[in-house]
Amino acid sequence: MSTTITRPYPDISFDDRMATVEFRVSPRPHITVETEVCRSCTTKACVTACPANLFVPTNDGGILFNYEQCFECGTCYQICNEAGAITWTYPDGGHGVVLRHG
Amino acid sequence: MPERVPAPAVPADGVWDAVVVGAGPAGSAAALELARAGRSVLLIERGPFPGAKNVYGGVVYGRILDELIPRWWDEVPVQRWVTRRSTMVMTPTQAFTVDFRTQAWGQPPYNGMTTYRADFDAWLAGHAVEAGAVLVTSTVVTGLLRDERGRVTGVRTDRDDGDIRARVVIACDGVNSFLAKEAGLLPQTDAHHLTLGVKETLALPREVIEERFAITGTEGLDIEILGCTRGIPGGGFLYTNLDTVSVGVVVALTGLAKAKVRPEELIADLKAHPAIAPYLRGAELKEYAAHLIPEGGYRTMPRLAIDGMLVAGDAAAMCLAAGIWLEGVNFAIGSGMYAGRAAAEALRRRDTSASGLAGYRRLLEDSFVLADHKRLQRAPDLVLSERVQKQYPGMVCDLVQEVFTVTNPVPKRGMSRLLRDTARRHGVRLRDLARDGLAGLRVFG
Ligand SMILES: Cc1cc2nc3c(=O)[nH]c(=O)nc-3n(C[C@H](O)[C@H](O)[C@H](O)COP(=O)(O)OP(=O)(O)OC[C@H]3O[C@@H](n4cnc5c(N)ncnc54)[C@H](O)[C@@H]3O)c2cc1C
Ligand code: SF4
Ligand code: SF4
Repeated sequence: MSTTITRPYPDISFDDRMATVEFRVSPRPHITVETEVCRSCTTKACVTACPANLFVPTNDGGILFNYEQCFECGTCYQICNEAGAITWTYPDGGHGVVLRHG
Repeated sequence: MPERVPAPAVPADGVWDAVVVGAGPAGSAAALELARAGRSVLLIERGPFPGAKNVYGGVVYGRILDELIPRWWDEVPVQRWVTRRSTMVMTPTQAFTVDFRTQAWGQPPYNGMTTYRADFDAWLAGHAVEAGAVLVTSTVVTGLLRDERGRVTGVRTDRDDGDIRARVVIACDGVNSFLAKEAGLLPQTDAHHLTLGVKETLALPREVIEERFAITGTEGLDIEILGCTRGIPGGGFLYTNLDTVSVGVVVALTGLAKAKVRPEELIADLKAHPAIAPYLRGAELKEYAAHLIPEGGYRTMPRLAIDGMLVAGDAAAMCLAAGIWLEGVNFAIGSGMYAGRAAAEALRRRDTSASGLAGYRRLLEDSFVLADHKRLQRAPDLVLSERVQKQYPGMVCDLVQEVFTVTNPVPKRGMSRLLRDTARRHGVRLRDLARDGLAGLRVFG
């Protein structure tokens, strides 16, 4: 008996998925990531867990982060493996994610 | 720049009776009760409108609204009234479903409804405004104001006119509640008691939804799913709206991080499952969203009242997440409403110290909010346990498959024999099965 699922139709690309969400991008990054701190991180848990896929590992063991398409969910700072790697705030009032079907 | 509403008229002495932070269901219910009691209330929301930042699966259980808005069902922005509720246990190639339908839930006073948070939260906030609360949107509360004795005296915001003073602050700022954290009521991080919910809203024509889900008019179906998260503690859901379907998964944060699986992959699995895929064929993605859920329940609730401040809704871990139930909106409305009432009473007696506000906890204890949480406090442990998550779905599906597989000419095996064999194959000891059964009875009984 097979135990894996074959996908009956292709899922959409991640970019198309994120394009369904409205973001009113603030000039101020509400989350910052200290790539120097990330270098010593052994889990890199943020990379797979962030639902917006905003944490990109770099060749030198750091993290490249872009705050623009963020759900403001809190997953990253909650599971982050190294104190001081993530500084997390909400975007300035009225900015950030705007959901219509949440 | 998003537009900001003009600064509200500040009470003559510059001090609001109450500031409510967050115009989710908890905050709007609190503001509504305070405004009705004749108090000056400022309701602050960081999104451009109430609901813009909020995500849930999709069913609001409306009974608690009876206490706030008579005949709310005549005006609420409903998608569908849930008349069919299914619980599905699955493995990648099997699904066992218990399906219940009642026409009673399709008529007043109704039971559950699907609705979008952008619509529902804005509707409830509208009632608070109608009653006299002042709503300011696009405004982030960035911290607490406290006097030299530590008593909360207001909030700091990111508006130019910054600080806002109030006799009582009600923190309804949701699962990440930075206010409760600042006040030392919640730990800075608590990944073990949090789950991540991700969901897709998928468009399908209304008639197609009605045909595929066997519902008529404004009837709706809700499916709760166990066994669809690759062994990561959690579950899945599918809810019908008028012309969209919400599909998603909820998974333990620590389990997700450890498994190194991307959340949208789990939704893709679920959508591709043979029991789900035919429902969704041809559906078009309208919106993808993510949000955390506080699932720790009773034992992780913070202190609810300190000098000058109350905490309600997800900010106080009041979401009831007990496997077959995921109810947060009704618990938020209930706790917000009681917080508003207790604050109004404390204001009347001119004592908004922790002891003056202690009526809040009493109101919660006398209601479903803390009664249900107390009774179900062990449910999260059981539902998210290794056996329930990893072994039972497969065992149940195999057992049912064996029961219905005709083995002629081999004679049928008896049920207890089948159970024993299936359990053994899934590495479940009958002793543990019995123990979990009893625990289940105790937890849910
Ligand atoms: C995937 C998922 C599925 C769910 N399914 C269901 C379901 O089917 N049924 C159900 O009943 N519950 C469900 N829930 C739970 C439910 O969504 C929550 O319990 C409920 O929304 C809690 O309401 P609340 O008012 O306490 O908080 P929220 O709804 O989170 O509202 C908090 C508000 O405060 C605002 N805010 C936060 N911080 C600030 C600040 N500093 N300044 C200004 N404003 C601020 C936010 O923008 C937000 O509007 C689900 C949750 C998730 C994530
Ligand atoms: S988990 Fe934290 S420390 Fe590790 S890579 Fe991610 S952000 Fe950096
Ligand atoms: S808050 Fe959520 S969406 Fe935003 S970066 Fe962190 S994990 Fe990703």
